[in-house]
Amino acid sequence: MKIYVPRDAAARALGADQVAEAVLREAKARNIDVTLIRNGSRGMVFLEPLLEVERDGIRQAFGPVAAAEVPALFEAGFGAHPKALGPTEEIDWLKRQTRLTFARCGVVDPLSLADYEAHGGLVGLRKALALPPEAVVAEVKDSGLRGRGGAGFPTGIKWETVRKAEAAQKYIVCNADEGDSGTFADRMLMEGDPFCLIEGMTIAGLATGATRGYVYIRSEYPDAIAVMEAAIAAARTAGLLGASVLGSGRGFDLWVRAGAGAYVCGEETSLLNSLEGKRGVVRAKPPLPALEGFLGRPTVVNNVISLASVPVILAKGATFYQSFGLGRSRGTIPLQIAGNVQRGGLFETAFGLTLGEIVDDIAGGTRSGRPVKAVQVGGPLGAYFPRALFDTPFGYEEFAGQDGLIGHAGLAVFDDSADMLHMARFAMEFCAIESCGKCTPCRIGAVRGVETLDRIARGDGAAVEILTDLCNTMKLGSLCALGGFTPYPVMSALTHFPDDFRSAHREAAE
Amino acid sequence: MAATATAQRTEEIVDGLAGLEGPLLPILHAVQEAFGYVPDEALPKIAEKLNLSRAEVHGVVSFYHDFRKEPAGRHVLKLCRAEACQAQGAEALVAQAKARLGVEFHATAKGGAVTLEPVFCLGLCACGPAAMVDGKLIGRLGAAQLDAILAEFGA
Repeated sequence: MKIYVPRDAAARALGADQVAEAVLREAKARNIDVTLIRNGSRGMVFLEPLLEVERDGIRQAFGPVAAAEVPALFEAGFGAHPKALGPTEEIDWLKRQTRLTFARCGVVDPLSLADYEAHGGLVGLRKALALPPEAVVAEVKDSGLRGRGGAGFPTGIKWETVRKAEAAQKYIVCNADEGDSGTFADRMLMEGDPFCLIEGMTIAGLATGATRGYVYIRSEYPDAIAVMEAAIAAARTAGLLGASVLGSGRGFDLWVRAGAGAYVCGEETSLLNSLEGKRGVVRAKPPLPALEGFLGRPTVVNNVISLASVPVILAKGATFYQSFGLGRSRGTIPLQIAGNVQRGGLFETAFGLTLGEIVDDIAGGTRSGRPVKAVQVGGPLGAYFPRALFDTPFGYEEFAGQDGLIGHAGLAVFDDSADMLHMARFAMEFCAIESCGKCTPCRIGAVRGVETLDRIARGDGAAVEILTDLCNTMKLGSLCALGGFTPYPVMSALTHFPDDFRSAHREAAE
Repeated sequence: MAATATAQRTEEIVDGLAGLEGPLLPILHAVQEAFGYVPDEALPKIAEKLNLSRAEVHGVVSFYHDFRKEPAGRHVLKLCRAEACQAQGAEALVAQAKARLGVEFHATAKGGAVTLEPVFCLGLCACGPAAMVDGKLIGRLGAAQLDAILAEFGA
């Protein structure tokens, strides 16, 4: 009997290790031959730990399972049980998704290269090896893939710049410094399907002439670091990485580097400084990292999800990928539904769902049962959206048009107990803590922002104008998105929830 | 540990990693792993070996939140303060931990028993409030469970 219990960090944080131990213990006591596979997460965090049993080639799901319930599951022969959810693939939440980048996540054994290949892995890489580099770049360009880290820059154009740059050494750097609150897609992919990222980076290397790569993973993700390191070692042993990728005679190798707890290192130039062993301060652009990146050499810096979307683009073609989506947002986006929600997790779908569909329908509203007040989209630098803007379709331009951003596609949902002045103050406080200190609008502005919001909280209505002016200065004068985008959460809170900033209202609430 | 022993262990670590491209962060992680913090006595050795100034090394150590200037308590409790966890009640847990331990963040309480630290996102945003207790992740942390953890630590 084959049983799956995820090794994903979210599943483990909810007790998956104890469930796995209970499965082994129970199997031994009952003398049943069980193969336990620690897969990645299917992304249905509200059902974790999700236990699956394979029967007649079909996986049956049970969840959320507590370790204490495992004996009863064995007793019931993994049949009728209050936690039985039926065949996993038939679960509505999963069925409604379009899983391209996350097709294998939660399905395969993350560290089995054989499993990876059996589920469509390496098809894209083999195709890339048979094509000239410019054709690989063209495929990525034609797919319409844009940077999934948040900036939305066309991936193919970045690759083209690096491909054309002349240098003895070029690099592929994967930005896995996923520090935005509400996001966990990078983590889930690295823990659940690490070979997909390795394949994507290798294709990037072949397309641009880079032979070395680094995955810069934040230190808050010890599980992802461990899985990536194990997968890279396995890929090296299998000849997928090294001097001759799959025997092609063309080389590519890569290494994991751990961050050290600095949010700003998610910004690409600050990440490069960190990777070089320096303070993670932002660099002025130009020069672009594509021309002068890691150690001054041409470097592709892409987010995990951008790189992990490349294998399926090569395997199924640019036309297939770009047939999904709306406007200039092509393909699929892994929405990360978080905060106060009934059904939280990762939901990969084509661009274009409205915010309301995501929050009310897919997430099922709040876990607390109270009305939704605000949704912060795109991490700590993203705007707070009120219900009045719930008809906004999920796309880069569509969100920008509402003075927001989709960022890394994380959504943090708040119920009506949220105090938006407090959240605006937190945004400024976070910016002050995490500022790299290089530019004044961010370094000083964030501190002044906290002070100004405290004045407003004390009933000084005149300070609202100062706050607005300060936000403008930060937005226009900061060197990178940390200082430049902190005004998004602050100003959206002020614009959409003005009552929370009025003293009479605050007194009544307190 | 005597200063010379610290310098010697640091030298071994640097020698093992100096060949990497951009070796300083891996070195500092390894030093912290070895000593539990980054001792001041380690810095001159690292600077000398990497041909950097001591100020440059100090600048890097002090830039990153991860590197400790002194050893942590016997247990380390990290509570997530980021927005998605706040939406699920993280602030109340922070207040509870601070009150019970009688310290603010970045401090060690109860005679070295527990160090309390904030963390901005552990990637458990769909199952918050999240915490990391001695390196182990906990999702949907509740008030009673937090009390039990602190009691177990003798705090």
